[in-house]
Parts: sequence; structure tokens; C-alpha cells
Amino acid sequence: MVFESLAEKLQGAFSQLRGKGKLSEKDVKVAMREVKLALLEADVNFKVVKDFINKVTERAIGESVLQSLTPGQQVIKIVNEELTALMGTEQVKIEFASSPPTILMMAGLQGAGKTTTCGKLGHILKKNGKRPLLVACDIYRPAAIKQLQVVGEKVDVPVFTMGDQVSPVEIAKSAVAHAIKYNNDVVILDTAGRLHIDEALMEELKKIKEAVNPKEILLVLDAMTGQDAVNVAEHFNSQLEINGVILSKLDGDTRGGAALSVRAVTGKPIKYACVGEKLTDIEEFFPDRMASRILGMGDVLSLIEKA
Amino acid sequence: DKTRKGITDKIDDLFNSYGEIDDKLFDELEEILITADVGMQTTMTLIDLLKAELKVRKVKDVHEVKTVFKDVVEKMLTEKDNKPFSIEKTPTIIMVIGVNGVGKTTSIGKIAQKLKDDGNRVMIAAGDTFRAAAIEQLKVWGDRTGVPVVHQSEGSDPAAVVFDAIQSAKARKVDVLICDTAGRLHNKVNLMNELAKVFRVIEREYPEAEKEVLLVLDATTGQNAIQQAKVFNEAAQITGIVLTKLDGTAKGGVVLAIDSELDIPVKLIGVGEKVEDLQLFDAHDFVEALFN
Ligand SMILES: Nc1nc2c(ncn2[C@@H]2O[C@H](COP(=O)(O)OP(=O)(O)OP(=O)(O)O)[C@@H](O)[C@H]2O)c(=O)[nH]1
Ligand SMILES: Nc1nc2c(ncn2[C@@H]2O[C@H](COP(=O)(O)OP(=O)(O)OP(=O)(O)O)[C@@H](O)[C@H]2O)c(=O)[nH]1
Ligand SMILES: [Mg+2]
Ligand SMILES: [Mg+2]
Repeated sequence: MVFESLAEKLQGAFSQLRGKGKLSEKDVKVAMREVKLALLEADVNFKVVKDFINKVTERAIGESVLQSLTPGQQVIKIVNEELTALMGTEQVKIEFASSPPTILMMAGLQGAGKTTTCGKLGHILKKNGKRPLLVACDIYRPAAIKQLQVVGEKVDVPVFTMGDQVSPVEIAKSAVAHAIKYNNDVVILDTAGRLHIDEALMEELKKIKEAVNPKEILLVLDAMTGQDAVNVAEHFNSQLEINGVILSKLDGDTRGGAALSVRAVTGKPIKYACVGEKLTDIEEFFPDRMASRILGMGDVLSLIEKA
Repeated sequence: DKTRKGITDKIDDLFNSYGEIDDKLFDELEEILITADVGMQTTMTLIDLLKAELKVRKVKDVHEVKTVFKDVVEKMLTEKDNKPFSIEKTPTIIMVIGVNGVGKTTSIGKIAQKLKDDGNRVMIAAGDTFRAAAIEQLKVWGDRTGVPVVHQSEGSDPAAVVFDAIQSAKARKVDVLICDTAGRLHNKVNLMNELAKVFRVIEREYPEAEKEVLLVLDATTGQNAIQQAKVFNEAAQITGIVLTKLDGTAKGGVVLAIDSELDIPVKLIGVGEKVEDLQLFDAHDFVEALFN
């Protein structure tokens, strides 16, 4: 794979260059080809890669090579810094409404991990002293309601359902009323998976949004998503104005370039990382770690950080 | 739809506006393939194949490049002897495997209906005993299709469920037994071992059955699908791929990479959530869609 050897290739590309001078245009261009390949293999969107490479090239040309680094490492350092900056430099948490209940709405493609994530969020919030309520707004997928009920039971968080014969908009509205009555300070809406190009179903989400005005709309995105991640994120964002992204299935061995693509096209932060099927498998998201994962060079980077 | 049109326009631009076949043309072709998730390596392989073919056919006119390229890709997808999806011998046992959320259970519902319509006696085994409400989900599909579902309770041993299902399938003289499995990431060793255990039960209990092992891949998945195919293939000798969610805007181009690196044919495609949203894979249509 291109990845495993990116560091080596960069070092190789610079092996002729012994002095510790400045990075020349030619050298940077050679290195950037390898970086470009690595990012593409990591599923970072093609256009995002192009823009990124242009930006990094501009910055790198003429930059002095640090005493402690080789020119190859110097390029990696710049690439990593820019990538981290693009990912967002700090963690962004979920915001709570000034007057409860805080309403969180999950959205995303089929199978992304929405229902599971509802349970995970319920678990975290409960641990932090909140009284969350999970709401079954997926009336389409076979046994979706039952799934949420099982999940809710596992984390000991109540689940509000009205069966599958009531519209999701009505369910959401009733759930909020229920939450107010029973002092649930966070309402988490599970919604059905849908394609970003499915106009009828996107309209449904808009109606839920209008009806209950969620504090946050969170796009749940599978970390293994390929080039199409930008289309998905752009559509969900333009229709719903999402507040952030939750990245799922990061426990796999994907490089997760989709994270960068989505961040670049929507500018919205990634708020959580899901790392397994268990309902405790959710973590805060660290943009810098994601950057080095996408680059596939954790070891090299930690060396450079020490330099 | 905007996205699709964008790409179509781009392709038409590409093949119509260039006066000559030059590097810029190949660069743009490269871009189209990359954005379809074909991956860098396979893209470069395909473009080399295209260049060679253009030389052989002495193509000079830009307008012919597209047709030649489609031929090249289609040839790559069809040159291995991949027989279409069909039940050739009974009894057959179909194992459906893949990572989380790709569409295994839904595809099983669709496949069950199709095989039943073809005149087979079909049975489903609820081998996912882990996922919340996986059994209930499969039972809904059983009701929809009128196909019996053999199951135990959540948390039971999947190998035991499959064991039971095989005995039941034998007793009821079932033609095709389809086994659902829990979604598992290929890098989880313990989960892959669990799968191996299920396969050992099948070897031991149902040696007379024809085996079909379908790996379900989500068309939205990027380059990780190659790794999924490799690792599952080592564990389970995949006989075919089911490529789901092709009703979205993703092209599923990564199956080209899988085809070029591994010898696994795509057999079925999923194009929606309804029982009828299953189609036999057609290389020609797939290549057309790659460009539309
Ligand atoms: N390995 C792993 N699996 C996950 C993770 N999050 C969810 N899953 C699994 O992914 C599959 C789909 O998860 P769901 O929560 O049902 O996804 P969904 O988005 O609600 O799906 P639909 O409602 O059908 O659109 C299940 O098998 C989950 O157990 C994760 O972080 N890691
Ligand atoms: N649009 C679309 N959705 C699909 C297709 N196939 C499956 N789905 C949806 O994808 C989601 C996940 O499907 P499942 O069949 O539960 O996937 P799975 O692989 O069994 O999931 P786990 O058992 O959790 O690993 C559901 O919402 C399905 O309705 C398809 O071809 N197109
Ligand atoms: Mg769900
Ligand atoms: Mg399933």
C-alpha cells in the first residue's frame, strides 16, 4: 500500500538533499505527489486533496528545515500541522439549551450507526447527571423501535415510542411534551436512515426540525465512507444546517479520510468518535489524532513532535 | 439530480472538448475514477490498460476513447469465469457476512424472496445473536417473504443457531438455507474466529450442501472495502459480493479494485430498502453507471 511507505518515500525523495537549507519548489512538488497519493488512499475527497496540496505547497516552499529534522520530516511536519488545522484544532462539545429540554437529533445514511449512537449518548449524558430520553422516530426500518428499546434498556435510559403508525414529526412533538412533563432534560431523537438525495425523507427531517427546533442536529457518518462523503455531508448540511458530526466505526482499520472531507466541505466540527458496538464505545474526538491517522504515520509524527 | 448531472457533464466535456488524446485527458479520466472510489492503484492500472488498448486499436479520435475505456473496464470485470448468481445444486447453504450496517440482513430478505420466487424451499437462520433486535428484524423479513426463520434468543451461540438450522433444514428438505451473521469488523480477531467456528459447524454438519459465501459491501465505502474483502476472504473463501446501496450517489468503484486485486465476482446489487430492490450484477450496466 502507498500508505505504509509514505514516510519512507518522503525520506527517499529527499535523500539527495543533505544540507539543512530551505525547501525548494522542486523538492516540495516531489514530496507532495506522495502526500496526495496517501490522502487519496485514505479516502479524502479528491477536491479536498487538491486544495490541501496547493495550500501546503505554498507554505512549504522556502521554509527553512529545522536543525533536528531531515527535509522529508520537515515536509511531514508541515503537512501534519496543516491537516490538524483543517480538522479543527480543538474539541467541540455538545451544547445544551439554556432552558431544558435540550433536543438532539441524529441524522445520516442507512446503517451509519444512528441508533447505536443514541444509546451511547444516552449513556454518557446519564453518567454526567442528565436525565435523557431516547425517542424512536424511525418508523420504517424493520424492528428499529425494538432496537432502540433494547439499547435504552442496556444503558438504563427511558425510550419514548408511539409505534410505527404515527408520523415521526408527531412522535418528536409528543416526546418533547413527555420530556417536559417527566423532567427529562435531554431528548435524543433517533431517525430513520435515509439517502441524502431522498427528497421526501429529507423533507421529513426538515419538518421535525421545524416542529421541535433541536439544539443540535448531528450527522452520524461511517468512518469508512469513501469519496461520496462530501455529497452526503453537503446535502445534509444544506437541507438541515447540521451542528456537527459523529464519526462511527473508527475501531476498524480505515484511515478515515472522510472525516477530513466532511470537515472541509461543511466546516462543522466532529464532536464524538465511536469506536465499537458496545454502548460505552464512544470517545471525545481529537482532531490531531485523526490527522495522523489519515496520514498513516503515527510513529513518524511522534518522532517529529519530539524534535 | 445535481450531483449526477455534474459528473455526466464532466464526462461529456471530457470526451467532447479535447482535440487530441493527451495527458490532460488521462488526468481527468483519473479524476473521474478516483471520485468513484476506484482507488489510485487500480485507476493507474486501468489507464495503462486503456493506453495499450488505444494503441492496439490505433484510436486517434478522442470521441472513441470513452467506448474503448468502457470495453477495458467491462472486460476486466467479466474475464474471470464468474457465473451469475443462481442455485445450481440443492441443498445449498448461503452464508452472508460483512462489516456492521452494510445491509446483510436486508439483502437476506431480498435474496430469500428471489429464491422462493424461483421455486426453491427457503429457510433463514438468525445467526446474528449479538446486535440489538437483529432477530426481530430478521423475523420481519421472514414474515414479509413467507420464509421460516430459525432462531434462538439474543446472546446465544451463533454456531448453535446454525447447527439447529441445518438439522431443521434437513428435516424439512429445504433447498436453500440462508444464514445471517452479526456485523463484524474484519480487524476484530475474536469475532473473525467466531465466524470460523460457524464455518466448521457447516463443514461438519452439512457436507453435502453446496456452499455460497456472500460478502456484503456498502457501495458508499471507500478503500477500506479492499481490506474487508481480503480479510474476510482469508477467513471464509468468499464466492461472491453483494454490493448494496447503489441507489445513493456512490458509485461503488472500489469493487473494481477488489476485482483487480482479488478474484471475487460481484453477484448481486442492492438498490433500495424494499424486497424487490435486488438485482443481478451486470458489468455493462455497472460501467455505464460509473460514467453517469
Ligand atoms: N464496530 C462498530 N460498529 C458500530 C459502531 N456504531 C454502530 N455500529 C454497528 O453498526 C451497525 C448499524 O448501527 P445502527 O445503530 O443500527 O445504525 P443506524 O444508522 O441506526 O441504521 P439505520 O437505522 O438502519 O439507518 C450495527 O451493527 C451497530 O452495532 C461503531 O462505532 N463501531
Ligand atoms: N438505500 C439502501 N439502503 C439499504 C440497502 N440495503 C440495506 N439498506 C439499509 O441499510 C441499513 C442497514 O441494513 P441491515 O440489513 O440492517 O444491515 P446489516 O449488515 O444486517 O447490519 P448489522 O447486522 O447491524 O451489521 C438498513 O436501514 C437498511 O434498510 C440498499 O440497497 N439501499
Ligand atoms: Mg437506526
Ligand atoms: Mg444484520
